[in-house]
Amino acid sequence: MIGDRACERCLARPWLLERLRGHLDLERGRLGAALELPDRELIAAVAGAERGSVSRELDRFDAAGARERCERAKVEPVCRCDPGYPVRLADLAAPPAVIHVAGGLDRFLDLAAGDPVAIVGARRASSYGLEVARSLGRGLGAAGAVVLSGMALGIDSAAHAGALAAQAPTLAVLPAGADHAYPASRRALHGRIQAAGAAISELPPGAEVRRWMFPARNRVIAALALMTVVVEASERSGALITAGLAQGLGRGLGAVPGRVTSPLAAGPNSLLAAGAALVRGAQDVLDRLYGVGVRDGSAAEHRAELSPDLRRVLDQIAGGRDTAAALERAGHRPEEMLAAVASLELHGYIRREIGGRFVPLP
Amino acid sequence: MLARVATFTIDGVDPRQVWVEVDIRPGLPAFTIVGLGDAAVRESRERIRSAVLNSGFEFPARRITANLAPAFLRKVGPGFDAALALGVLAASGQVAPESLATFAVFGELSLGGELRDSPGALAVAEGAHRAGFAHLIVPRERAREAALVEGIAIAGASSLRDAAEVLAGRTPAAPPAEARRASARQEPDLADVRGHAAPLVALQIAAAGGHNLLLEGAPGTGKTMLARRLPSILPALTRAEAIEVTRIHSVAGIQSDGLVHARPFRAPHHSISPAGLVGGGAPPRPGEATLANHGVLFLDELSEFQRSSLDALRQPLEDGCVTIVRGQRALVFPTRFMLVAATNPCPCGYAGVGDRCGCGEADLRRHRRRLSGPLLDRMDLLVDVARPAGRELRAGPAVDSARVCARVAVARERQQARLAGTQARCNGEMDGKLVSRHVRLEAAAEAAVARAYDAGALSARGRHRVLRVARTIADLEQSDRVSVDHILTALSLRQRDQASAALAA
Repeated sequence: MIGDRACERCLARPWLLERLRGHLDLERGRLGAALELPDRELIAAVAGAERGSVSRELDRFDAAGARERCERAKVEPVCRCDPGYPVRLADLAAPPAVIHVAGGLDRFLDLAAGDPVAIVGARRASSYGLEVARSLGRGLGAAGAVVLSGMALGIDSAAHAGALAAQAPTLAVLPAGADHAYPASRRALHGRIQAAGAAISELPPGAEVRRWMFPARNRVIAALALMTVVVEASERSGALITAGLAQGLGRGLGAVPGRVTSPLAAGPNSLLAAGAALVRGAQDVLDRLYGVGVRDGSAAEHRAELSPDLRRVLDQIAGGRDTAAALERAGHRPEEMLAAVASLELHGYIRREIGGRFVPLP
Repeated sequence: MLARVATFTIDGVDPRQVWVEVDIRPGLPAFTIVGLGDAAVRESRERIRSAVLNSGFEFPARRITANLAPAFLRKVGPGFDAALALGVLAASGQVAPESLATFAVFGELSLGGELRDSPGALAVAEGAHRAGFAHLIVPRERAREAALVEGIAIAGASSLRDAAEVLAGRTPAAPPAEARRASARQEPDLADVRGHAAPLVALQIAAAGGHNLLLEGAPGTGKTMLARRLPSILPALTRAEAIEVTRIHSVAGIQSDGLVHARPFRAPHHSISPAGLVGGGAPPRPGEATLANHGVLFLDELSEFQRSSLDALRQPLEDGCVTIVRGQRALVFPTRFMLVAATNPCPCGYAGVGDRCGCGEADLRRHRRRLSGPLLDRMDLLVDVARPAGRELRAGPAVDSARVCARVAVARERQQARLAGTQARCNGEMDGKLVSRHVRLEAAAEAAVARAYDAGALSARGRHRVLRVARTIADLEQSDRVSVDHILTALSLRQRDQASAALAA
């Protein structure tokens, strides 16, 4: 039966967080401390004038109603009293009382007990960042690692999509209800994640999104992952919060280097300067987690052999002749060139970007 | 006394016969026109009175009633002037009424009695011929255009007096000589293009197969320049097509000198309304889609067009005509055109040009969404237009239009032979059924298509598009089977289903 793995006491906590969502939004900077408080103290600390009424509502908390709400949304709750509750989450000062899982509780617990790797980064990412995130997701997925992220626009979504492309399960930690895609434009991705992995959330299904839920979500990602990789992030990105939390919890931290002139590379580059592991591809992550050469990510992906002609075109593209016009200038007949790039694209060596640029795939 | 004169009005792009009846009775001097005329028709009373007097005739000082029949049809414009004036003259005995029986008359009058140029003479001549008239009087400037219709004697009259003399049996003066033979094509030529090798290939394929084409590139790279050269490599208009184009352009009042030889190229501004694009208004007038009939409709800055305007293009693209219903009448405008659209790759326009583009993923998605929809479904070819290098600008021309046009003509003949008896006239018009019947793939080509489809690079619809284009490429090389190279070229000129899908992940 849905809900039998979450006790009544724990179920009250997500209800309370949802009830106080407006008040918690005013606690910027003090959120971590607030989340550590027990229920009554939390009410006293943040609820202000509503203190009394929230307290009385908590007394009358209806656990059956909460379970029913989960059942309706097809979301399974698991609380921290359950023996299966992910152990790594217990490392947090304020572990989520209940995790709501959409897409299968048992599968989520299995995946969480594996070695999830978080891939996080900017929403407004560059095409380079998206490509790297997708390739990392694909490589890690193919090598059997679980890709964990937040399903936000940009890097997060690309990482999930990469893992799914490798037919690997992936975990999404959503800020509000696990049953609703946030952002709504990722509804299709949300569906695919639930089908192949799981979407989880600390808040009950149907909860409205508030600002404070994003840093709260980031702490779950940081704790759940064995290692966090930052792909692209500007100086004030939420991904850096995740990275800081991961470091604080003693988890592995990696970053993908970027151009020093790009604001999007400022985050990962400064993490690298501070000692984060250099991540150039899935293999770097696997080496870091399991020791050099223990797990091979390249064996998982195989591509067709290239003819010498196509190899030459690919080398030219990698060497910066990355548009149709540039390839023609290198001496290819237009029809031949068009056929060659289509062939390379078909075999997964390059991808056509908006603007007519060809990007070699890692 | 009663007189009857035949004339024609333009309804949409088609002629409609109108009888002008003029009755003169004793009574207080008055001139009334009945029969659902608009303001221009009411005002024609004053023009006719002055024109009659200034031509040296007498304007009867009696009670004149004129009727325009059929009464249910709304009469628009000043084209009834000449018929009304001749009716007045006939009814007052100044010209012989019986001579009017075999004549149709068309034209507007000036106060001095000159017959002024009025649009639509070719359509009127077709209508008069169909209605069985042996003679037609039109303004002299329009005589050559009207004479394109065979089987009817056209008299070009420069004034009301001229027209009266033609009715009396005098042969009219010959129409003015054609300013210049328009046989040599004057469209911009491909020989002016430097660089742009891939877009040139795409243009040639588009022309050969009648495929709609989307050009994507940063501002100033030459998208419009390339599109303007497409008509020069399309096969020359057949006589029937040329007459249809001339009729439409004549009705629309676009000045033409006799028969139109060049394929139309219409490039409406992106602020155009749906009615301006496909036709409409009251009275309904042909839109840009109809003016581009048998030619090219070019939509520059596709993403800037109103959504409603682009949606209105769906029916014309599917059916080759647009039907506009006004009152109890349905008007049909022909719209068989090739669609060429140009767009920036991203909102700022500089995606793919070094690091100049600052658009984020969300901006790109918004941009794609503005473009997406039913119109993109009809675009078989997408080609990226890049800025040519300086070296290429100094090099000589790669091709010229005459050579390409000859290749295109051969490819078109092959298609017509294959598609004879079907609705499609070229590969671009093939539907799914025709594609599966007529596109024969070599085994390797089959495998390449299957691979692209399985990899998710192609949608089901995209697959059809690629097959259609590959068929045209094979036609250009005069090959009966579609080889793997044809498929690969078609694949690299397809729309980016995959990239947008990946972005939307």
